[in-house]
Amino acid sequence: MNPVHLSLTEAARLLADRSLSATELTRACLEAIRQQDATLNAFITVAEPQALAAAEQADQQLAKGDAPPLTGLPLAIKDIFCTTDMPTTCGSRMLKGFLSPYESTVTRRLRQAGAVLLGKTNMDEFAMGSSTETSHFGPTRNPWDPERTPGGSSGGSAVAVAAGLALGATGTDTGGSIRQPAALNGITGLKPTYGRVSRYGMVAFASSLDQAGPMTRSVEDAALLLQTMAGHDPLDATSIPEDPPRYADSLERSVKGLKIGLPKEYFPAELTDAIRNPLHEAQELFRRLGAELVPVSLPHTSYAIQTYYILAPAEASSNLARYDGVKFGYRCQQPRDLADLYCRSRAEGFGAEVKRRIMLGTYVLSSGYYDAFYRKAQKVRRLIADDFAAAFREVDVLLTPTAPDVAFRLGEKTDDPVAMYLSDIFTINVNLAGLPALSLPCGLHEGRLPVGMQLIGPPLGEEVLFQTGHAFQRNSDWHRRRPQPVANGAAS
Amino acid sequence: MSAYEVVIGLEVHAQMLTASKIFCGCSTRFGAEANTQVCPVCAAFPGVLPVLNRQAVEFAVRTGLAIEGEVRTVSEYSRKNYFYPDLPAGYQITQYELPIVLGGHLEIEDEQGRRRRIGITRIHMEVDAGKSLHEGIPGASWVDLNRTGVPLMEIVSEPDLRSAEEAGLYLKKLRALLRCLGVCDGNMEQGSLRCDANVSIRPKGATTFGTRCEIKNLNSIRNVQRAIAWEMERHIEIVEDGGSIVQETRLWDANKGETRSMRSKEEAHDYRYFPEPDLPPLLLTEERIAKIRAALPELPEQRRARFEADYGLSGYDAGVLTAAMELADYFETALGVLREAGFQDPKGVANWVMGDLLGYLNRSGLEIGDSPVSSTQLARLLIMVLEGTISGKMAKQVFGQMCASGGEPEAIVAEQGLAQVSDQGAIAAAIDAVLAANPAQVAQYRAGKTQVMGFLVGQVMKATKGQANPGLLNTLLTEKLKG
Repeated sequence: MNPVHLSLTEAARLLADRSLSATELTRACLEAIRQQDATLNAFITVAEPQALAAAEQADQQLAKGDAPPLTGLPLAIKDIFCTTDMPTTCGSRMLKGFLSPYESTVTRRLRQAGAVLLGKTNMDEFAMGSSTETSHFGPTRNPWDPERTPGGSSGGSAVAVAAGLALGATGTDTGGSIRQPAALNGITGLKPTYGRVSRYGMVAFASSLDQAGPMTRSVEDAALLLQTMAGHDPLDATSIPEDPPRYADSLERSVKGLKIGLPKEYFPAELTDAIRNPLHEAQELFRRLGAELVPVSLPHTSYAIQTYYILAPAEASSNLARYDGVKFGYRCQQPRDLADLYCRSRAEGFGAEVKRRIMLGTYVLSSGYYDAFYRKAQKVRRLIADDFAAAFREVDVLLTPTAPDVAFRLGEKTDDPVAMYLSDIFTINVNLAGLPALSLPCGLHEGRLPVGMQLIGPPLGEEVLFQTGHAFQRNSDWHRRRPQPVANGAAS
Repeated sequence: MSAYEVVIGLEVHAQMLTASKIFCGCSTRFGAEANTQVCPVCAAFPGVLPVLNRQAVEFAVRTGLAIEGEVRTVSEYSRKNYFYPDLPAGYQITQYELPIVLGGHLEIEDEQGRRRRIGITRIHMEVDAGKSLHEGIPGASWVDLNRTGVPLMEIVSEPDLRSAEEAGLYLKKLRALLRCLGVCDGNMEQGSLRCDANVSIRPKGATTFGTRCEIKNLNSIRNVQRAIAWEMERHIEIVEDGGSIVQETRLWDANKGETRSMRSKEEAHDYRYFPEPDLPPLLLTEERIAKIRAALPELPEQRRARFEADYGLSGYDAGVLTAAMELADYFETALGVLREAGFQDPKGVANWVMGDLLGYLNRSGLEIGDSPVSSTQLARLLIMVLEGTISGKMAKQVFGQMCASGGEPEAIVAEQGLAQVSDQGAIAAAIDAVLAANPAQVAQYRAGKTQVMGFLVGQVMKATKGQANPGLLNTLLTEKLKG
């Protein structure tokens, strides 16, 4: 078997007993990237020399026998995490070629744990999008069907993991950007509790919603990666000042007697059978495993999209003000004066979706509209969080679809922003409430397009997600399905 | 008398004396080479996050307690959004709806001793911006981010000030308080204390406010006063000509001595404030506030009261001596040296400090910290007077020399032979010589014309170069004349 298809946990075992070397594994990934990435476009930067050097070091470390937990495991990093040895572009012309003077906490921790960073993955520009089509570096293609999108914004990371270009990846999730592409590519993605993973060095989109998390081939792998990523960071004032528990311990817990809530708002009449049927089977599996399925209601669910598209752009409009052509990033040619420098640098450096959200955010924060939009949205956000809090007094975990449909075609929704925004209809609430949620594969529509199931936990409830998700994966094999390798030039 | 009264509110920005910046570990040292105290956080590089400086919070709380304001247990940071090259993030982190301190006051006192309580609306914390440099760079500007991220307190007064003089008194009082608290060095020239003034006029006796203008760029107390006076005249002229005031922001031009329009209300920025999502609300426990309160130094007002009670000084004297912490310290150190030598003369020391010392410093344009005469030196000079070594008059002369060329008082007195002559024999000899040389005056005295005593004393003093101990001289002369 080609080692690129191993899970992180399996690969770690083989590396530890020296039946596989980190260099071999890294070379295999780099080869897979060479074979497929001209078509898939999952990477913006492939850092081959750095990856091979890190792999070599990992092998020495493994030979000594005291290797940290991720030693020699090749990972792909969403191009939103700042790294000092390769550019950080955030999918934007604005940051094309930008080399950060400092390292993000997440990548620093992964490196310290021995991981081999293969490169930086494609994403929607500044994480704004649900299809990885807004990237300045071209769209990423879904390995299950290269005519379809991988979802977004962490589309590049999802594809790298699904197509065997990397064994695991990091993503970030502001409104579903880990979970929706995980669902559309048949992999496992976790959005942790807000504050569980440091945001330091992660290019900000909407600060109060952004959260980094692992994208992997299994729940077990997600627990392994999160163990390194999570934990208090004194450089992030919103990071939770508590040590994470030992996530591996929660994996083997039985779901017998567990109360799984089914929020009725997440199963509307118009939900397609492509999604409804696999989810129904998943529920039946849990019932057989002894879990109790409980109908619940989250009455403010329908306000989530509107609330999100007020709050997220508001924060984004402010977070993106620093891209002004003065200190770093793109600067227009021959500015006439200061206003021209600002206007043209931003007009030329940002793409259409980013500009749309900056305009929207500027509008909802402006005087005279603040109370009508921003303040009201904050209140609704509270109501949405209260809905979840009430539900978690009844149940241990919630089960919902991750996305309203399977992967859509490239270009299908690019001219209709609202249709695109609705791709995140089942994931956005979780960000508004700051909760952890896991997406894992639960079916293949027509045998070729993955379907995702979402498990939502209470604050700091990552353990119940691992417990529930791992139980599912021990009793199903959807997470073991792989797309056929895509040859370069396979798509038009 | 003008038919109008001016209404003034001041917004004071005080740079806090923290060692590091408010949201990162960079140094706040003033005067370093441009852009040498800058990190990714203060330069707002992609992905960085602010972490609040505890010391800055403590300083703001200290100040809030000192003005008897309400220190809030929950306050919040907001972003104020605008574009400017010296604002790297494109927004300033400040406090908006929930500042750290609400309410409070300062008491000022004019030359006539009238006391007025000036309300303080709020104190909020915010981050300073960088500096744009335009000089000597044709067609371009440079940006220095050393100051970016230095913590500021904005202290907003109520519109309670009624004259340019009052505004100056308030600023002096506030500066003294901030210095006493050790939270700001109060240096307006270096920009560590900055002031904007809101000025309007109204007919005397009116209770509603007129349209106000905000004056910026005021870099000294004198300029604050000049600008307010000028602006007040401008408003009165406009109103008397039947015009109306336009609400706007104006810049003070110190060279021309006038204000000019910067932007009108219509073109004012829309700052799009919203809560800073990178910082959780600032929570202060009552315990922490109490701890900071317990560690407050003696405040100028308390010290003033103590000076009146313990030293028997007048309210005015106590007020002058406690207007600056250094001056009050100077006074008390001198008193301490006197006490060591067995003397108690607070009033005398106060007179010397307020009269001779401050007079000299004012004439020379010096601050108390730059005084050429130290408090112990002054005290030792006064001890010589109290011990009778030199006369008070002589002491003034010695003090003049100490100011002009430095030196220890004892050395000056010894070198110049200024020590008072208390040797009975020497004085008696001088008296004998004077009486012998002025027989006519002696005869007049003995005939009952005692006024000539003064003349004779003067002659003896002249003969002893003023060094004769006056008391001894008087006693001996009276005896000799009795004959």
